[in-house]
Amino acid sequence: MSETHDRELLEGLDTYKYGFYDTAEPVFKTEKGLNEDVVRMISAKKNEPQWMLEFRLNAYREFISKPMPNWGSPLLQEVNFDDIYYYIKPTDRQGDTWEDVPSYIKETFDKLGIPEAEKTMLAGIGAQYDSEVVYHNLKEQWEKLGVTFLDMDSGLREYPQIVREYFGTVVPPSDNKFAALNSAVWSGGSFVYVPKGVKVEIPLQAYFRINAKNAGQFERTLIIAEEGSFVHYVEGCTAPMYSSDSLHSAVVEIIVKANARVRYTTIQNWSYNVFNLVTKRSVVYRNGTMEWVDGNLGSKLTMKYPAVYLLEPGAHGEILSLAFAGPNQHQDAGAKVLHFAPHTTSNIVSKSIAKGGGRASYRGLVKAGPNSKHSKSFTRCDALLIDDRSQSDTYPVMDIEENQIEIGHEATVSKVSSEQIFYLQSRGLSESEAEAMIIAGFIEPIAKELPMEYALELNRLIQLQMSGSVG
Amino acid sequence: MPKELRIENLHVRIAGTDTEILKGLTLRIRQGEIHALMGPNGAGKSTLGAAIMGHPNYEVTEGILEWDGKNLLEMKTDERARAGLFLAFQYPIELPGVTLFNFLRSSYNAIHPPAEGQKPIGAVMFHKMVLDALQLLDMDPSFSQRYLNDGFSGGEKKRCEVMQMQILKPQMAILDETDSGLDIDALKIVANGVNRLRGDNFGALVITHYQRLLDYLTPDFVHVLMNGRIVLSGDRELALELEKRGYDWVREVVEAKGVPA
Repeated sequence: MSETHDRELLEGLDTYKYGFYDTAEPVFKTEKGLNEDVVRMISAKKNEPQWMLEFRLNAYREFISKPMPNWGSPLLQEVNFDDIYYYIKPTDRQGDTWEDVPSYIKETFDKLGIPEAEKTMLAGIGAQYDSEVVYHNLKEQWEKLGVTFLDMDSGLREYPQIVREYFGTVVPPSDNKFAALNSAVWSGGSFVYVPKGVKVEIPLQAYFRINAKNAGQFERTLIIAEEGSFVHYVEGCTAPMYSSDSLHSAVVEIIVKANARVRYTTIQNWSYNVFNLVTKRSVVYRNGTMEWVDGNLGSKLTMKYPAVYLLEPGAHGEILSLAFAGPNQHQDAGAKVLHFAPHTTSNIVSKSIAKGGGRASYRGLVKAGPNSKHSKSFTRCDALLIDDRSQSDTYPVMDIEENQIEIGHEATVSKVSSEQIFYLQSRGLSESEAEAMIIAGFIEPIAKELPMEYALELNRLIQLQMSGSVG
Repeated sequence: MPKELRIENLHVRIAGTDTEILKGLTLRIRQGEIHALMGPNGAGKSTLGAAIMGHPNYEVTEGILEWDGKNLLEMKTDERARAGLFLAFQYPIELPGVTLFNFLRSSYNAIHPPAEGQKPIGAVMFHKMVLDALQLLDMDPSFSQRYLNDGFSGGEKKRCEVMQMQILKPQMAILDETDSGLDIDALKIVANGVNRLRGDNFGALVITHYQRLLDYLTPDFVHVLMNGRIVLSGDRELALELEKRGYDWVREVVEAKGVPA
């Protein structure tokens, strides 16, 4: 961390950095609010097969029948389903070179540094703008090995059998109200298929951008890692600051076959008017490994608990959760691991930071189901409070139905002490630099798991939050 | 012109209470000088160090505190550090997750910012500086990549404070019982660390319980702090006398002079 660099970052930033928006009109959008016609229209616009339309309509009925969850956060009651556009199509075509992308969208992604990132450090990239993926590209070397990386709509068109086999099997629409909503109106997201034995050594990235006011984004991602394969999928997200709220409600389903490994990294940096209500789940087979690295910095309310279902012996789940709640933010983040086979192992590390009246909650489930003997799970959850106004809570649930299980749970809550700040100030660092350094140390166990560029980005975002410029 | 730390009739209490710890302390330290401050437990030695550096738990209610003509009471702790002051802590904090190297580099760039148009010191160059300083304090090079004070023994933390001082090159340093808890070898190493910085552009206030540190770190002046005031000042001999005769002797001397101690 270079001091001069820090200072540059701390100065002159008085708004959410990604709060700009463009004013171009979309080519199509549905009316505000949700009904069966809207669902049918989305499906028709996409020329979907009949089974998908039926899947959507069933999901819509599930959505209607389910009450709003009464847990999580009181902010949830502010979500107004009637005040949202469920489908906004920004452009008529998808580009596979940047030149093909409409210039106003290109400018937005240029500002976000997406094309640069693709050139230097990624195997492939997808960029979604409101409801549709506007750019998609996978480098040829991976294509040759049979790797598929498409937007979900193209995935459905080009690989109907595979999609039909897996879609909605890991997260069924009946799972929860928001999974039902996503299943009814989903659009965009990624479809990733990695053939047996193929290891995609550099990350695939998806970038999600909400641009329109009162927009909902409901992307759907399906990742299938065949036996012995590896893939690292990274997603980032931003949105403009509007006075009215937006809704982001994604579903991510991941299938990790025997001896395969999937890592899914999220740096969530939605603007502070976005409700981020996401269901992410993976199933893991024999000796496979699933790793969720889940960083939540933005949004007004996030409720997200990446889950791992360990279905066969030797399966392993790893969840690193990071949450930063600033003023008027509630991060209700966490993890779920369900052991359904003997000799399965899991590890959860959660680090949360609350500042300026923000609230960071850890909500976790560790379940050892029947037939899970000799399984081990360890949870470590640390909370750091920057001031007296902020709040941290922990809701760990352990559900043990089997014996010969080893479960550990450690939790700490600490406050930045005046002694720490004094020491660092006595070494020339300003108060906000001292706080940022303490936080950087606190999240180091997670930051070191990120690709370097993302670790730097994470540090930068935290410095921005610490400089008091945000919220 | 050597710069001067000027402390005049300083009254300090624990913030938010009526407990006064320093009760009119006066002391002047110029660059080029090493002052030793001795005194029984609870006399206020550490409070003086903390007050000079601006610890929020201590409140200056009266008196003058200046460095190089600047009113320290109007400066934040980090501004005091950037003006050239340094405090070696009696109980340094631990900072898990931040390597000694990264911590020191941020600190160094804050205290010695590059001149206009110049780049901050490069990582390779700075790495060399850190390794050299570690070697001088007889510390393993691996400390550079260890988290700051995290899991360090008491002695390692003390050495690390002096090692930081070596890198940051303060103009005036306060060492708060840096010798306590050290064996004789470590004591020599720490004393040598201070001796290496000695010169026209460095002054120090060395707070200590024991005269044995002063065997290796010959002070120019020795002061005895009792009950919030400096009651006796002298040279190297005073420390030896103290060692022999104890603080009761100081009380007698002071009473004989008619000053309450």
